[in-house]
Amino acid sequence: MSMASPCLLSAEQLSCERGGRTLFQELSVQLNAGDIVWLQGSNGSGKSTLLRTLAGLRPAERGSIQHSAALRFLGHSNGLKPDLTVLEGLRFQARWQGLADDEASLLQALKHFGLAPMRSRRSAQLSQGQQRRAALASLALPQAGACWLLDEPFDALDDDSVKQLCALLSSHAAAGGAVLFTSHQHLPGLASRQLPLSGGRP
Amino acid sequence: MTWLLLQRELRLAMRRPVDAGLPVAFLLLAACLFPLGLGPEPEQLRRMAPGVLWVLALLASLLSLHSLYAADAQDGSLDQLLLPPHSAWRLAAVKALAHWLSHGLPLLLATPLLGLMYGMHSDSLGLLMLSLLLGTPSLSLLGNLAAALTLGLRNGALLNLLIVLPLSVPVLIFGSGAVGALEAGLPVDGHLSLLAALLIGALLALPAATAAALRIALI
Repeated sequence: MSMASPCLLSAEQLSCERGGRTLFQELSVQLNAGDIVWLQGSNGSGKSTLLRTLAGLRPAERGSIQHSAALRFLGHSNGLKPDLTVLEGLRFQARWQGLADDEASLLQALKHFGLAPMRSRRSAQLSQGQQRRAALASLALPQAGACWLLDEPFDALDDDSVKQLCALLSSHAAAGGAVLFTSHQHLPGLASRQLPLSGGRP
Repeated sequence: MTWLLLQRELRLAMRRPVDAGLPVAFLLLAACLFPLGLGPEPEQLRRMAPGVLWVLALLASLLSLHSLYAADAQDGSLDQLLLPPHSAWRLAAVKALAHWLSHGLPLLLATPLLGLMYGMHSDSLGLLMLSLLLGTPSLSLLGNLAAALTLGLRNGALLNLLIVLPLSVPVLIFGSGAVGALEAGLPVDGHLSLLAALLIGALLALPAATAAALRIALI
């Protein structure tokens, strides 16, 4: 990470409590262009809550968040409608997020995750791993400089898909984007740095 | 974006024709039960028709409410729909419109058949349809709010009913009252104006309230 890299997302002094338990306290996060940050922590340590807070899906109880790049969030659930086909779902995502929605871009994104032959299948007919790949396919649409917040993106993926996603994250960071992701898998060489989250403990 | 979202909602509704057809099937079946229970006396049925059909339309429109946001929350698409800079207000308004188009409008279109079955006069039937046209969108907006308020709750479907039923009483009174007034030879403008006023009030207030409820549910 270069010091000269522009800051895409900056969060200062974030705090969050849930059910009387401190998830994180006075936490500051900065994502610069080119960063791939691995958000680490045990179950229930507040990783998902932090990602949702950074994405703007829940308000920060204390602290401030500023971002200069488009934010993309992918949660635990895939966000796919079971009754839409893979292509219809991706087309909707592309238009909803203001990304390229031409047929060639959509097909290219599906090809990246090996889903092109399944584009006419309804999401409900896909396996868990295929559904995860379909959800991730929107990341493969052209989107320079965006900041990705990914909650367990490697869940349910086979080895080949993990490699494809790692390659996608690396190329996105190299193109000036940034990634903050959670994972319980060890992915050597992917993250440029780690951010441990210890459930409010120092 | 509004059109894109509406297209998606309507496409999803069309992909589940059984879900979309259930309220109409309920309306038709329940309306057929009343003559069996009350007896086939034509004048009595004709007199009761506006109230019966309005109550049934209200109950039928409640059938599909719980899944309005629950399905989106469960599959994670609600997060995607609410990601900034997208507005929860617009989502709430489009959801209510899509619900009315896929569930309220079919109820409205099934009403003439039932009105004829109950022996309603054509002018009363026309007025009943007009009152439903003005009233059922308010029910969709109310139901939309209730679905957002009960999102994530274990007994959400039942709570939906308990929230919507009392709030829909004014719509029910003015809707069925309009036809009663016409048959009694009284002016109906007041009833229709109040239904329209309720709809305008609902349009102005309820999408914003629904948006706030959605934001709270996501925390």
